[in-house]
Amino acid sequence: MDIRPILSTLRRHKFTACLLIAEIALTCAIVCNAVFLIGQRLERMDMTTGIAEHELVYVHMAYIGMPSDGMARSAADVAALRQITGVKSVTMMNQIPFGDSSSNMGLRIDQTQQKDTINSAQYFGENMVQTYGLQVVAGRDFQPEEYQDLDKVFAGLRKGDLNALPKSALVTQAVANRLWPGQSPLGKQVYVGQGIPLTVVGVLKQLARPNQFEKGAQYSVINPIRIAMSQGAIYVLRCAPQDRDQVLKEALAKLKALDPNRIVLNKGTEDQLRHNYFRNDRAMAGILLGVCIALLVVTALGIVGLASFWVAQRNRSIGVRRALGATRRNILSYFQTENFLLTTIGIALGMVLAYGINLFLIMHYELPRLPAIYFPIGAVTLWAIGQAAVLGPALRAAAVPPVVATRSV
Amino acid sequence: MLGYYLDLAVRSLRRNKILTALMIVTLALGIGASITTLTVLKLLSGDPLPEKSANLFYARVDPNPLEGYVPGQTKPDSIMSYTDAMNLMHAHRAVRQAAMALIDAKIDTQHPNDHPYFADGVMTTADFFALFNAPFQYGSGWTADDDESRATLVVIADFLNNKMFGGANSVGKTIRIDDRDFRIVGVLKHWAPQPRFYATDLGGHDYGDGDAVFMPLKTARSLDKGPQDTECYASVSDLQHLESAPCEWLGMWVQLDDSTAVANYRMFLDGYAKQQVALGRFKRSETSLLDLMSWLSDQQVVPNDAKLQTYLAFGFLLICVVNTVGLLLAKCLRRSREIGVRRALGATRRDIFTQFMVEAAIVGVAGGVLGLVLAVLGLWGVRHQPAQYASLAHLDVEMFLVTFAVALVASLIAGLLPAWRACVVAPAPQLKAA
Repeated sequence: MDIRPILSTLRRHKFTACLLIAEIALTCAIVCNAVFLIGQRLERMDMTTGIAEHELVYVHMAYIGMPSDGMARSAADVAALRQITGVKSVTMMNQIPFGDSSSNMGLRIDQTQQKDTINSAQYFGENMVQTYGLQVVAGRDFQPEEYQDLDKVFAGLRKGDLNALPKSALVTQAVANRLWPGQSPLGKQVYVGQGIPLTVVGVLKQLARPNQFEKGAQYSVINPIRIAMSQGAIYVLRCAPQDRDQVLKEALAKLKALDPNRIVLNKGTEDQLRHNYFRNDRAMAGILLGVCIALLVVTALGIVGLASFWVAQRNRSIGVRRALGATRRNILSYFQTENFLLTTIGIALGMVLAYGINLFLIMHYELPRLPAIYFPIGAVTLWAIGQAAVLGPALRAAAVPPVVATRSV
Repeated sequence: MLGYYLDLAVRSLRRNKILTALMIVTLALGIGASITTLTVLKLLSGDPLPEKSANLFYARVDPNPLEGYVPGQTKPDSIMSYTDAMNLMHAHRAVRQAAMALIDAKIDTQHPNDHPYFADGVMTTADFFALFNAPFQYGSGWTADDDESRATLVVIADFLNNKMFGGANSVGKTIRIDDRDFRIVGVLKHWAPQPRFYATDLGGHDYGDGDAVFMPLKTARSLDKGPQDTECYASVSDLQHLESAPCEWLGMWVQLDDSTAVANYRMFLDGYAKQQVALGRFKRSETSLLDLMSWLSDQQVVPNDAKLQTYLAFGFLLICVVNTVGLLLAKCLRRSREIGVRRALGATRRDIFTQFMVEAAIVGVAGGVLGLVLAVLGLWGVRHQPAQYASLAHLDVEMFLVTFAVALVASLIAGLLPAWRACVVAPAPQLKAA
């Protein structure tokens, strides 16, 4: 196909050609960045927590009046909850991934440090590894005698009595790699704040913090501390995925029967927590997707509209070409090639613009750089849309009979 | 003459209905998206206290250790320790001053069938209400003496008063909060500044309903109420006695009525920090005193998603306008002959130009009307989004007018190039070709 006649025609329709190029360039730039943003959201929503997410239900309650024997009552609750059919394991935890509150602590590898090396989530509760379905990749889980009661820990902290405090910790691989890169973390000491030493006894494959993932999604530490419901603990029950609704219902009934003097603050499954946690991201991804589709449709309609008028305007010259021997195929491919040329120029400009928009977003919204893979994908999409949009008008052009050349219209 | 142009424009638009519909719909989509996002952005970045925001200032000092400190670059923490807040409060260097933190308040409805529930609350000092112009329906705030005597009294919001007392004057009655009786001294009128500027860094949400209860800081603390957010700058063993702990958990607002007062307070704050450095309590002498709107922009309260959506919508509108330009242009080039005839019959270039601009404006107005419908639909969609500000998204009169302004401007810009091309058509060749 000779493109010289196309170029000389376009030179006489500079304005229309430029508009089409501008529209394609803008669409290309915006769609590339929007799709990239959608990808970012999906990636966020895809994060792993390391826990058996589909098997957990939770109940968070508060007392109306504070009981004095919180720890004993909680132990009775847990024993009762274990009796529910289908329940594999029960624990009382201070927090849960994707929950709305979080308990965090600063970790140091040296007592003389003035600032914390990392900020990590601080989980505690008995029997957590089994109930959350965590994977211990090195070392061991806590022994029963290692656990301390939270109220005694607080009392110890107030008096400065280190013996009342837990001495061991389970850390995630992410924490271990950050604190002691390339070394075995087992037996190493880590300090909470300036004073409290903990010995690492085991390493977890993964355990996400409850929220604030920007501080390091996998920075979590478990301490062997028992916590009572009156201290804000959450009941977490593990069961088979299909039993969750039934288990939750029975657990609520049982807890109510044991002590009616408390209110349920929150309840549900871990899957619901995840769903709720990412609902903003899901909404944003949906909006971006909607805008992308609307943009591509508008651009396609624009191409159809312009090409239609172009064909109508050049009816006569098409007739002349046909009369001089051009086949229908020639006419069809003329318009297709013309569109391809305009789209290509538009895409080239669009890429530069897309890069510019990305730079702006990097500066203002801490986004990563647009990966190069988006450029060819964007180009192919726009080429395809351009060709699809121009096909109708081009077929109409190809259908123009040669006899038009002899008419005066 | 305008009537004639309108008639011509309508005829021309009706001649090609599909194309006209296409132009109107694309323009309406762009306008609908822009107005929806702009309404949300305006709502989020608005001034929560327009009559007073210029006189309200947020004070910060920096008690952190020296490590990681770059003089002139490290910003002070966004909240303050009790010691510093009280030192600044008792200095009385501003017209009004208040320290505050957020709490959860367990409210017992006293109805036999109702469970108690948790409501948002603020623990603060006496000046809070006058400082922020919080309007009272009944009663008033408490006094500085009540602060010191740890009086168990409370100011409640209108919605809590409606719920508990059916909207009647409840001043003097008691309300049970956290298993203790509080005497109600005041009931606020509806007061929910958007964003909730006074709490942006205290651990609460930035938008939504206002707080339900307001109680004296020392009273709340004597009942062991903890703040929603606590940040400690040295190792702590005792989080119960926050007053003496090296922890920050209070926000400090002051009212300064003119630039001299601001300059004086800034000097006082700097002096205070230097004095604390001399005493060995502080290692850094950095301070900050930002007015309300600067504080909000410093805190980046407006969610990035809302900004991105607005950029996206205007990008979309731009493409829609380019699209309309292309279609109008194509249309006008097709009508060269008609233009030639009109010119030959005596129409001036100005006449032709006006005629085409009128045609574009009609497309714009139609696009604006349809865009308004889309914006109302879009805002309905926003209200069903999972965001704190969702319930606030409504179209106001201003945005209603802005819609038509945007539509007209967009369509006239779109019409400019085609109209110019139309009016430069030379009549003679067009007539010859016919």
